Amino acid sequence: MSDLATLVAKAHGEFDACADPAALENAKARYLGKTGALTELLKGLGKLPAAERPAAGAAINAAKQALEAALEARRDALATSRLEAQLAAQALDVSLPGRSRGGGSLHPLTRVQQRIETLFHSLGFAVADGPEIEDDFHNFTALNTPENHPARSMQDTFYVENAQVLRTHTSPIQVRYMETHAPPIRIIAPGRVYRVDSDATHSPMFHQVEGLWIDRDVTFADLKFVVTEFLRRFFERDDIEVRFRPSFFPFTEPSAEIDMAFGDGRWLEIMGSGQVHPNVLRAVDIDPQEYQGFAFGMGLDRIAMLRYGIDDLRVFYENDLRFLAQFQ
Amino acid sequence: MKFSEQWLRTMCDPPLTSEALREGLTMAGLEVEVAEPAAPAFTGVVVGRITAVEPHPRADRLRICTVDVGAGAALTIVCGAPNAAVGLTVPCALENAVLPGGVVIRRATVRGVESCGMLCSSKELGIDDDGSGLLVLTATHAPGTPLRAALALDDTLITLKITPNRADCLSIAGIAQEVGAITGAPLTLPEVVAAPVTFDGVRPVRVDAPDGCPRFVGRLIDGIDPAAPTPEWMVRRLARSGIRSIAAVVDVTNYVMLELGQPLHAYDDRQLEGDIVVRFARDGETLTLLNGQVLELDTDLLLVCDEKKPLGLAGIMGGEHSGIGQDTKRIYLEGAFWTPTVIQGRMRRLGFTSDAGYRFERGVDFDGCARAVERATALIVEICGGRPGPLTNTADATTLPRREPIRVRTGRVARILGVAIPAATIARVLTQLGLPFTRDGDDFAVTPPSRRFDLAIEEDVIEEVARIHGYAAIPATPRPHVARMLPDPEATRSRHDLKQTLVALGWQEVITFSFVSSATEAVLGKADGAGDTTATPVVVQNPIAAHLDVLRTSLLPGLIETLCTNVNRKLPRARIFELGRIFRRDGTAFAQPLRLGGLAYGRPAPEQWGEAARPVDFYDVKGDLEALVAPGILVSECGSHPALHPGRAAVLRLDGASVGWLGELHPRLVRHFDLPHAPVVFELAVEALTAVRIPVGAPVARTPLVRRDLALVVDDALPAQALLDALRGASPAHVRTVSLFDVYRGRGLPDGRKSLAILVLMQDTSRTLTDADIDATEARLVAVAREKFGAELRR
Repeated sequence: MSDLATLVAKAHGEFDACADPAALENAKARYLGKTGALTELLKGLGKLPAAERPAAGAAINAAKQALEAALEARRDALATSRLEAQLAAQALDVSLPGRSRGGGSLHPLTRVQQRIETLFHSLGFAVADGPEIEDDFHNFTALNTPENHPARSMQDTFYVENAQVLRTHTSPIQVRYMETHAPPIRIIAPGRVYRVDSDATHSPMFHQVEGLWIDRDVTFADLKFVVTEFLRRFFERDDIEVRFRPSFFPFTEPSAEIDMAFGDGRWLEIMGSGQVHPNVLRAVDIDPQEYQGFAFGMGLDRIAMLRYGIDDLRVFYENDLRFLAQFQ
Repeated sequence: MKFSEQWLRTMCDPPLTSEALREGLTMAGLEVEVAEPAAPAFTGVVVGRITAVEPHPRADRLRICTVDVGAGAALTIVCGAPNAAVGLTVPCALENAVLPGGVVIRRATVRGVESCGMLCSSKELGIDDDGSGLLVLTATHAPGTPLRAALALDDTLITLKITPNRADCLSIAGIAQEVGAITGAPLTLPEVVAAPVTFDGVRPVRVDAPDGCPRFVGRLIDGIDPAAPTPEWMVRRLARSGIRSIAAVVDVTNYVMLELGQPLHAYDDRQLEGDIVVRFARDGETLTLLNGQVLELDTDLLLVCDEKKPLGLAGIMGGEHSGIGQDTKRIYLEGAFWTPTVIQGRMRRLGFTSDAGYRFERGVDFDGCARAVERATALIVEICGGRPGPLTNTADATTLPRREPIRVRTGRVARILGVAIPAATIARVLTQLGLPFTRDGDDFAVTPPSRRFDLAIEEDVIEEVARIHGYAAIPATPRPHVARMLPDPEATRSRHDLKQTLVALGWQEVITFSFVSSATEAVLGKADGAGDTTATPVVVQNPIAAHLDVLRTSLLPGLIETLCTNVNRKLPRARIFELGRIFRRDGTAFAQPLRLGGLAYGRPAPEQWGEAARPVDFYDVKGDLEALVAPGILVSECGSHPALHPGRAAVLRLDGASVGWLGELHPRLVRHFDLPHAPVVFELAVEALTAVRIPVGAPVARTPLVRRDLALVVDDALPAQALLDALRGASPAHVRTVSLFDVYRGRGLPDGRKSLAILVLMQDTSRTLTDADIDATEARLVAVAREKFGAELRR
């Protein structure tokens, strides 16, 4: 029977040497085909003595099964390697960049405005808006700044037609909101404002955010809390120092200029504020003995400059797309 | 208000460093803008007197000076200054002196002569820029006196930003009052006594406008010496307030204005004819100013006149006949109170300002006129000699400002500030501020003094209390949260949502000026969605620059300018948008609607390996706008717009209403702006984009969805939208969708025809559609297309 073992070993060797399915089928025919070596052995069984036949038959069958299993294993191996070759041929350069439609971004001032709106929203402040061409009443008179008042020279005004002005601050939005809403009132009002001024820290058009909270008992202490809280949340730093300094605005009394410092004692003027002047409340038919509250106005551009490390205000309006693309 | 700290400290001298004093002022509302030393640091410089001057044997321009420096032997100093002369008192830097900039003075031999120091100019000492010669000091300084002490150079020049309400702090006395209130340090205001009258001349005063001039104080001073030199200390204090010394009388009026806050005017009495008359200007009257400028006077300008002519603009500026000459012997000194409202706004209109007008329009102490005139009299007599005449004080008590007591309630103080301040503290603060009051339990009645024009209501006094008590002492504590939630309407698309969507689609937000050039506006035409081509832009009366002279009627100018500047910087591609107001006339008022405008230029996507290069087109941008307004359906129709290519311009509609426009920039404008190729631009009315529907979640039908494709051949000129609208209009209820998925022109089709491939999706939610239903629907749609547009079904 060592002949049979030799045969099986030889067949194994031949199968494994086959590189493609056709060669494998030829090899199979040499052993298991009609005239294959193993088939011939089976045919020769009949010539053996009857007593040897069962054992010889079993041995040949076992060898046949072994060959068929080897054949199947080789077929699988060939199929797998063929698939692998196919897949390898389909490979992508996965390192190529994806198809891009180009990145856009919000203007940094919008980014800051949205951030401010979100923070104040969480304290219950709604957002209000108003016209940019304003009349004298809303921009000045209702804000306790009558014609010829020296405080008017604090702001250099752009005039348009029909005695209208480009609003010099967002404060007229306060007035318009109070004309149409009864207290309690809690708003912020971001927007464009205009003054005749142009250098590295002044632009003839810039942005402010006005804040207003009117209720029966809104105090200067509330103003201090809200502004301090806002600055710390906006800059995400608890070491921000805030100081309130007496100042003058016609539409607030008491008035305060607010300075902040990033923990280094270098004070930066950040906004004007105060308790709304009774004359402003009276101008919109709110009884100042019943209702009171605070208002503040800050430069959006200034706060954006501090947040993003910008030292020239004018870059906000030059719209150099290489500059703006940094805010993606 | 700029002044010498040393001067301030003569009236109120708290035990504080200069820095602490300035901090105190700032925190009390008198913001220190600038603080600078009177002179830079230097040492070893004393007063010297030149006792002999010899020529230098070996140098024409150098001289050998013998200098008395007090103690010890006189020094020999070689000096090149042209004004070195015997008897001059000058600064002398001794051996080892350190001058500004670190220059050390050493004993040196100058061309064979040993020099033991240096005589200095004021430039070398950093006092001012005068380097033309030695700084000449008055002879009253004793040789050897340290120069810093002699000239009071260890001083700080403080500039305060005085808010418009605090005119009372436009004087040293006023600031001293404030320092006293802040620190509690005692106040020593200049002592003023009435000058003994030694001359009996009087110039009568007639006030024809008592509303504008409630008080007019004046006097003659006879026999002055107009050439008397102004004392060094006065020159110094004036200089440290930025006022140049001119001549003694004028210097005194300026000095008293700085010291007490009352502007004064001195006239040469020879120029005056008859009584002094205060009246408003007459129609057509003119006044020549000292500088020769002739003013045409409006009748609301108050004048000081004599009986023949106007002398000056009351409280603002003197005229040509009002000055003091070098030979003036008799002067008329005026100290008046002008009602702020007759001064306010006048200087702005006239186009100039003056220190006097600046003070009067804010309010000057109306009880201080006589005191200031007496103070000036005393100084003039002291410096120039002269005999004062009687003081005339013409006042109308009915027109002087009223000072009614203000009720201040301790409870109200707490209610406004949010912190309880005890009545005793309030009383102490009022006393410190020099505000007279009476007290009834927790109620105060505060009478504002005549120097304060900022106290009229309770809140004004509350501010004073808070200010002196300290804003820092008011706590910043959160209150319990009791707010209602804010409404958040889901059926609204916010401006931020719109911006965010465009950003996600790859657009960059820009912010451009609302003012633009009228020339650009004219070139672009009336670029407005309403199609109004007649209106002109709103004009800015005082533009910051000639090219920013009108308000934009469209966002287009700013977008195109942004594109041009970036193309100039070689940027190949831009997708920019802006959301902002435009401005239009609306009768006599103005419409200021919010618009969302955009511009796309260059390739549709950044240069990359996976996309073919082509310029962005109408449909790229329309696709983004469709995404922007989804689930709303954006419809575009042929439209015309002066700034757009006539064949590539569309009006955009949403729910039937016109909401804006979209198109390619007109080739004429592409050339005008020197652009390599045309951008696609759009503008939408923001208001029309804000409404969105709240979705309804209906169940998904289980019956099969059937698709039929129709290729309809129509005239090339037929807008696809017309066919779609007709098919949708003719569709029975079970047609879910009619949409276009291909456009074909060319082989197999006649010239002038195109094939529109239409996809029709059908579904009945209650039953499965039969083949008969489907065929009938298809036939109906084809029939409609044939009837309306002559469409044929392409096989």
